[in-house]
Amino acid sequence: MKFGIVTFPGSNCDHDTFHAITDALGEEAVYLWHKERDLAGSDVIVLPGGFSYGDYLRAGAIARFSPIMNEVAAHARRGGPVLGICNGFQIACEAGLLPGALLRNESLKFVSEPARLRVENADTLFTNRYVKGAILTMPIAHGDGRYTADAKVLDRLEGDGQVVFRYVHGPGDSDEYWSPNGAMRAIAGIVSDAGNVMGLMPHPERAVDELLGSRDGLGIFESMLARVAA
Amino acid sequence: MSQFRVALHIIPRRGLLDPQGKAVADALQTLGFSSVRDVHVGRHVVVELQAKDASSAEREARAMCEKLLANPVTEDFEVANVSAA
Repeated sequence: MKFGIVTFPGSNCDHDTFHAITDALGEEAVYLWHKERDLAGSDVIVLPGGFSYGDYLRAGAIARFSPIMNEVAAHARRGGPVLGICNGFQIACEAGLLPGALLRNESLKFVSEPARLRVENADTLFTNRYVKGAILTMPIAHGDGRYTADAKVLDRLEGDGQVVFRYVHGPGDSDEYWSPNGAMRAIAGIVSDAGNVMGLMPHPERAVDELLGSRDGLGIFESMLARVAA
Repeated sequence: MSQFRVALHIIPRRGLLDPQGKAVADALQTLGFSSVRDVHVGRHVVVELQAKDASSAEREARAMCEKLLANPVTEDFEVANVSAA
């Protein structure tokens, strides 16, 4: 299976994502420069973390006008999988691939720490290798991660099982929800109506090896492989 | 066609948490400005453009806000001023 990783000016997690896919998952990955207009035959598109265009105007606001985003949107419309991580989540929201927006953290501080996440839906393209209710650890590193949408959208996301990950309190095994960034209803990750686009603020690509403290993120890549390659 | 200068205010939607505005309001109160009730921090964008008259310059700028300059989910905008540049 081939993963296409889009590199925008200011992306900085593209190499970590490449490592996760090629070394930890053992699949093929290519970098796609944002000026390109061709997805190079990729089965899955990853919009990686970073600070595309220096977060000018709003995080992700300018990146969505990069030439390759037309192809990414067409790929998504065809049902192709798109994974937006951190800045990639912000870009996906700005591009209208996912509902809502990511605003400045409630604390106004950049948060960089391991976060504990609860799997709220294990029946998606991105989470089928997890167990519903499982608590995962993945790093978060962002200044604009406060997921925001109006109440109607939030109710619909919850009702349709589109809230995939929520932040829970840590350490320990408490499953009490909390938001390290003030995210509404502690939302850390969501999927689109059709289920083929996922955005999340935590970094699964930085959690693929025990040496780095966790390999809980690998399941997202394994889930995509299981579903797409099948 | 003439040149116009359109000034736009983009502000967080009322009712949404605005931590930056709140931090500034707290700082102002600490400084002794006890009259302060609320502060909202947004962006001020100035666009210079060609248009046939002021009203079409404003219409164009509003379309820019709807499509890019403001996020329709979280922000509101207003045209603060249109002047000949």
